[in-house]
Parts: sequence; structure tokens; C-alpha cells
Amino acid sequence: MNVILLVVPLLLPFAAPPLVRRALEGARPVVALWTLTVCALVLAGACVASLGALLLTGLLRVPALAALGELVHPLNAPSGLVVVPAAALATGALTLGAVTLVRSALRQSRAFRVARRQADRRPAAGDLCVVDSPHPDAYALPGRPHRIVVTTAMLRSLGPRERDALFAHERAHNAGGHHYFLAAAELAAHCHPALRPAREAIRLAAERAADEAAARAVGDRRLTAHAIARAALAGHAASSPRPDFAAAATTGPVPQRVAALLTPPGRPSRVPHRIVLLLAACALLSGTAASAGVLDFHHEIEIAQGEAPR
Amino acid sequence: MTEAKDERRPAGELEAAVMAVLWAADLPLTAAQVQLDLDSGLARTTVTTILTRLHEKGVVQRERQGRGFAYHPAQDAQGLTARRMHTELDRDSDRETVLARFVAQLGPDDERVLRQLLEADEA
Repeated sequence: MNVILLVVPLLLPFAAPPLVRRALEGARPVVALWTLTVCALVLAGACVASLGALLLTGLLRVPALAALGELVHPLNAPSGLVVVPAAALATGALTLGAVTLVRSALRQSRAFRVARRQADRRPAAGDLCVVDSPHPDAYALPGRPHRIVVTTAMLRSLGPRERDALFAHERAHNAGGHHYFLAAAELAAHCHPALRPAREAIRLAAERAADEAAARAVGDRRLTAHAIARAALAGHAASSPRPDFAAAATTGPVPQRVAALLTPPGRPSRVPHRIVLLLAACALLSGTAASAGVLDFHHEIEIAQGEAPR
Repeated sequence: MTEAKDERRPAGELEAAVMAVLWAADLPLTAAQVQLDLDSGLARTTVTTILTRLHEKGVVQRERQGRGFAYHPAQDAQGLTARRMHTELDRDSDRETVLARFVAQLGPDDERVLRQLLEADEA
């Protein structure tokens, strides 16, 4: 069987980080958000499929399991020197990924349910849920009905029109179903370590999409930029000093969003951006290799089971 | 123009905007003060209607002031549950993964870059 086909999807995600960091250049935020999310999911799915096939190849070398799988011939696979370590590594990677994913999913769904329950119990002023807190913070709480949660400190640090921009931003998150994209990003990041930058890029793309929607809703890009900057600076002043363990190699997401809103919007080009195409090609290649590898593996199993001619 | 736009906004959005004004203020506000603070060209009668509706829902409380009422957000057990909810979420260090927050924590260099951007824009 062809192990190379199963290794390609494990290596291709390493090509993704430089591409995902540049996906927002040129492409419209919504386009970037969709491209990044779909590509991250395909790359992650291909990884899991390949790891699964490698794991099974190793397991089927165990005589008892081979008998259980009704193999009448030995599986045509590379020598044990290759397959056994590969299967062991695949098992480790899959277990680690599954454990961290389940843990993160449980924790997040619990926090989310608590937030939802409390918001539902509260009488609503429209979709707004105000929290009396000295820390400026705001977030979208998806569900039925959608809510936006804002602290009093955040409301006080913004002017009336800036508050409109903030509400429009959060409503855009809810209307766009951005929590699905964020959940997909989380899922992908747990499947392959090289997909973690994709998670950050997806988060930024979701924020940029909401920023542009807010700017359209209030009809003022500058106002929206100022609202974001002011909210961020207010939160920064209120937060306790954090250890600067991360060297400031790149600018964080907030200045990038403000800068993007302060630049006049370029005409959206009809030609898809090169980076978007490269990402799509990367995902396509990975998906094809994994599919071919898994089909090949399936065929080898049928041969070993005596169901297909050798 | 803005007036026409604001009168067309869904009732929920208007309620949220009015509620935000009341929360942002330290003192109880009259309908006229809310209208002024909203800065959106909304008619006084509309603001009064919204305030009355919010009062009926129990979200705001009011006290007599002169010939009308002054309104302030209801601070009660419900406020406490909301605070609890906030703490619950805060405990989750990486909650921004499912909940899209308005602004992320600023990095070490971000504050300087932000201030430069704003200064350049104002210039």
C-alpha cells in the first residue's frame, strides 16, 4: 500500500501558517472567513483520516486483530520497521487530540449553557443584556434568541454612536453565525498543531467581517474604528498588568482591525486573491491524497480478506 | 435622514440603545435627557414609549421628577445573576473561542500602535 498518500495530509498543514496569516490581505473578510474555515476543516479531516488509516495498518499486524478483521492473507503493507512506529505515533496523536478536544468542548459548552440560562432568565431590553462590572467587555451570545452581553464599564467608555457601532458589531456576529466558524476553528486546531495559526486567523476574519458589517450599519468606518480602539484602550487600562512573556513580534488583532477600518475600502477584485487560491489548492491536495490513501488502504484490506483479486 | 433611519430600526434595537444610555449614566434620566444623549434624532414620544415599555418589563425603575419621570436601570436580584454569569464566563480563560468578544486583550506593543493610528487619523 502507498504510505506516502497517508503522509502527505500530515505534512501539508505545515504549509498553511504563512498562507492563513495573509488570507485577509486583499480578500473580503467574509470570503477570507469562509475560505479559511473550509480549508482548515478539510486539512483537519484529511489528517484524522490518514492517522486513522495508519493506526489500523499497525493494528492489523497483530494476528488476533487480523483474524477479527477476517484477513486471510497478510496485509500488503511496508515492513514493520515503518508501520509499527507510524501506527504508535498515530495512536498517540489521535488520543492526545481527542482528549484535549473533548476537554475543551465540555468546558466551553458548560460555560456557554450557564451564560445562556442566566441571559434567558433576565428581562431583556431588546437583545441587550447588561452586566454591572468595572471591566470593559462585550460579546455576542448566540442562541434563541440571540443576545449581546455588554458590561457597564464598556457602555461608559463609549459615546452613544460608538455604542451603536458596538451593538451592530455584536449583532453581525450573531446574524452571521460566527460561533459556528469559531467552533470549527477550535476543532481544526485540535487535529493538527500547525492548524493553530488558522484558528487565530479565523477569529480575526470573523472580527473583521463583523467590523465591516458594523461600519455599514452605522454608515461610518472611522466611527467604528474609533469605537474599537477606545474600547480596547479602556480595557487595557482597567486590566491588571500582564506579564509580557510574548515578545511583540507582530501586531495584535485589534490594531489590525482599526488600521483596516481607517483605510478606505479597496474595490473588491473579481479575481479571487492568490492566497485564497493557494489555500484552496493546499486543502484540495490534502483532501485528495487522504481520500486516495484511504481508498487504497481499503482496497488492500479487501485483498487481504480474499474478497478482491490481488 | 438619520431620523427616518432611526424610526425604522427594529424595536429591540431601540430598546437596547435606550437601555445603554441609562446604564452609561450615573443619575436617573428623564425622557428628554435620554433623547439628547441618544444623539440620533429619535422623537421624544418614541423615547417615552420605549421607556414606558422597559418599565413595564421591569428592566428600568422610575421616580417622579417634576411633571414627568426619571428612569434608571433596575438593580436587583436579576442584576446579581448577570454578575454571576459574568464570573462564570471569566473563569474560562479561553472563552473567546466560542464567544466572539468585541476586543481582545492588547499585546505589549498594541497600545502604542493603536495610539499612533488614532493620532494619524486625527491629524
